[in-house]
Amino acid sequence: MKKFDKERVLLAVAGPVIALAVAFVLSAIVLIASGKNPVEPFALMFEQAGFSDIQVLIVNQASMYYIAALAVAIGFRMNLFNIGVDGQYQLAAMTAAIVGAHADLPAALQIPLLLLTAVLTGAFWSGIAGVLKMTRGVSEVVATIMLNSIATAVIGYLWLPDVFGVKIGNNNTTGEMHESGWVPGIDMGAAGEIYGLVILAVVLGIGYWLVLNRTRFGFDLRASGASESAAAASGVNPKRMVLTAMLISGGLAGLAGLPILLGDTHTYSLNFPTGIGFLGIGIALLGRNSPVGIAFAALLWAWLDKASPELDFHGYDKEIAVIMQGLIVLAVVVSYEAVREWGLRRQQRRVGAELAAGHVLGATDNTEKEVAGR
Amino acid sequence: MTAVELAGITKRFPGVVANHDIHLTVRKGTVHALVGENGAGKSTLMKILYGMQKPDEGTIATDGEQVTFSSPADAIARGIGMVHQHFMLADNLTVLENVVLGSEKLYGIGARARRRIKEISERYGLGVRPDVLVEELGVAARQRVEILKVLYRGARTLILDEPTAVLVPQEVDALFDNLRELKSEGLSVIFISHKLGEVLSVADEITVIRRGTTVGTAVPAETTPRQLAELMVGSELPTPETAESTVTDRAVLTVDTLRLAAPGGKALLDDISFTIHAGEVLGIAGVEGNGQTELVDALIGLRHADSGTIRFLDQDITALPTRKRREQGVGYIPEDRHRHGLLLEAPLWENRILGHVTEKPNSKGVWLDPKGSQEDTRRIVETYDVRTPGIDVTAASLSGGNQQKLIVGREMSHKPRFLIAAHPTRGVDVGAQAAIWDHIREARREGLAVLLISADLDELIGLSDTLRVIYDGRLVADADPAAVTPEELGSAMTGAASGHLEHEEPPGDDGSGAGGAEDDDGSGAGGAEDGDGSGAGEAGGDGGPGAEKIPGDAGRGVDKTPGDAGSGAEGEAR
Repeated sequence: MKKFDKERVLLAVAGPVIALAVAFVLSAIVLIASGKNPVEPFALMFEQAGFSDIQVLIVNQASMYYIAALAVAIGFRMNLFNIGVDGQYQLAAMTAAIVGAHADLPAALQIPLLLLTAVLTGAFWSGIAGVLKMTRGVSEVVATIMLNSIATAVIGYLWLPDVFGVKIGNNNTTGEMHESGWVPGIDMGAAGEIYGLVILAVVLGIGYWLVLNRTRFGFDLRASGASESAAAASGVNPKRMVLTAMLISGGLAGLAGLPILLGDTHTYSLNFPTGIGFLGIGIALLGRNSPVGIAFAALLWAWLDKASPELDFHGYDKEIAVIMQGLIVLAVVVSYEAVREWGLRRQQRRVGAELAAGHVLGATDNTEKEVAGR
Repeated sequence: MTAVELAGITKRFPGVVANHDIHLTVRKGTVHALVGENGAGKSTLMKILYGMQKPDEGTIATDGEQVTFSSPADAIARGIGMVHQHFMLADNLTVLENVVLGSEKLYGIGARARRRIKEISERYGLGVRPDVLVEELGVAARQRVEILKVLYRGARTLILDEPTAVLVPQEVDALFDNLRELKSEGLSVIFISHKLGEVLSVADEITVIRRGTTVGTAVPAETTPRQLAELMVGSELPTPETAESTVTDRAVLTVDTLRLAAPGGKALLDDISFTIHAGEVLGIAGVEGNGQTELVDALIGLRHADSGTIRFLDQDITALPTRKRREQGVGYIPEDRHRHGLLLEAPLWENRILGHVTEKPNSKGVWLDPKGSQEDTRRIVETYDVRTPGIDVTAASLSGGNQQKLIVGREMSHKPRFLIAAHPTRGVDVGAQAAIWDHIREARREGLAVLLISADLDELIGLSDTLRVIYDGRLVADADPAAVTPEELGSAMTGAASGHLEHEEPPGDDGSGAGGAEDDDGSGAGGAEDGDGSGAGEAGGDGGPGAEKIPGDAGRGVDKTPGDAGSGAEGEAR
């Protein structure tokens, strides 16, 4: 039995390792093709990871990637593709910023209020897609993409000066939030501050694992993802599960922008980071939907982001990091599927072999021939 | 002259032998029927002949020449064409476009192709118009397009996989006329079916396949449906007889005038009434696709009845969701274990949780209890003799029989009061079959009520205390398993007989009539025998108008339960 456990670990690690190796090689080929040194950029980026100020940036960035990727991953676990994390977190960050600018409670109430606002906004936005899928069978992929677009428009509207917007120079903002809603960071001295809500990301990761692997609800959700028909026969209400999963995914997504909002910017402006939701898809894929895997993937992504600007000072284009991210996602999809099928077949063969070695069933095949209508 | 000859074909999948030493000879200019129960291995055999799968042993010869096919393209090149049970046509393209799609090189895509299509259509009387959109065509017309498509590619031997499953009787007759036309032009047809009446009327020769091997051949002129049924079902299996009756008078499940309609309004189940008592096994016999799947779905709560009630013990469970029903003691051995009974890529112990996640030992409150379920999985593996190296392997790596033993063990472990057993021993080897029967019998002694659905008539007769026959969504006949023979059941399953089936009496003549539908004291044959005389009239009436109006439903009903595709040998392979 232990053998199979070891094998599972091997299989779990083989996918990402192969994918990363392939992506590195392909990126090197791109560099060679453009007549550059294929090794130096990576050496430079690795060097960057050693600096403590870059490390703080990486951790901060990774916390947001991590939450966004968890939101995507919980959808993946039941075969739902919430591509709308991007719209959900942006809209949620904005409503939290607006509430933070207008309500002023003591910090012990203010911060939970802001978190709740973000969760509810995200859940509401993904819930629209969930309800559409549940009642009308609309594909959640299409619905959430559309909702991303609508979210952009809604954000533009809320930014209008006579709605909730505050113009600062050329920048649209939602006004500065009250200080009671600021989450203090963890001071790292000269290296800077780690967002306080990095801890929230860790808590969410633990919660994600607990809920999925140790609760009845998590089992139902995973069963729905593995086989909708088997889950239905086991007593899961498939429609309700779709809606629930969409709501949880959106609620998580709503939190993705908060580490930076409550930890640094304290307003939702044109400078607020965009695209985290889409990056989260790649990160969830690379992390195989596992909370630990996603943590590594989020750190890797943040590293590529934060270490690449240095390349510009050495005559390389920092876009090599973006190319690399793209190649990783491609390689991940291919290698995971290949490893999964290989593993499944390998196990089938091994189980067959073990049983054959033990004992063979007394199959008395009936080969007797008869002729009807004699 | 032989068109196709298969000799000694054997095909193994991990853990199962789907085909074993199969011999099949199809002569030119004949319709050759291949009959057998679902899961007997017909589909696998045809996939081998059509190049979709390679045999492990044996040879294929066409026109007396030995060949090997590595893809359908090879088979097509040798003049073998397949008309699938589920049509492969693009709705929004015209007939012409559908036909030329993929073989544009043959006659182009324009006037030449159109001429060729018209020519084939006229020659074989197919009546296909090339410029109509496929979406405007009915089922029968689509099937003719499929046949034409195959002929267009130059097929001389056509494989028709359950072609009548989707047709109403008039359409079936028209199809048979087409087949005779093909035959007279020197083409050969391999006709796959399990409808014996049809086979006898259209085939020139019949090969019967059972449990993956050819068990005999027959000539229609010298064969009766009964003999064919006997050959198909076989009778040398370990007999699943139940020694003493354990039926009590405590009703466990009472179904009253249950009706379930398809979205279009057609009744899939109509006027279903029966009672199962503690310690009683109620067997439902019927040709697949006559409402069995829907009945099971309605009982487990995957579909909700349009009218009628289901009472379990003293509670009306008609509106209860699946999970509540399972928690209250409804066990479920599904017809298609891969679709409804297992998470194939999950370890065995997680599969042990499936369906019972809210119950001990799988969970405590809202939390799962992996330790508890793992321990209990080990117990099930031992008690039910599931052959596996451990409980952490995926369900997919077990053979079909061992998967089934795990499911049976799981369901029995929760002490169900009522068990739905749909084809509990399908695709299971003889040893496991006997073990599963033993488990059912043992639980029955302890007061379990069982609804048994099976295609294996021996299993039905041997295990059941009471038998009902389902035909076209209605319970049309009942029988005493101690007195009835497989042949008598077989004739009721095709709708030829109804009412109470008894020896040496013409069917439908004895007084009980539609007792199956009406009389729900269900205390076995005794009660039904004393049934009121008026039933006979109703039963007779059923035969008349029913035959005209209902078969349409019956045909389309089959469409929704692609029996062969999902289950059986092919399913085992995964």
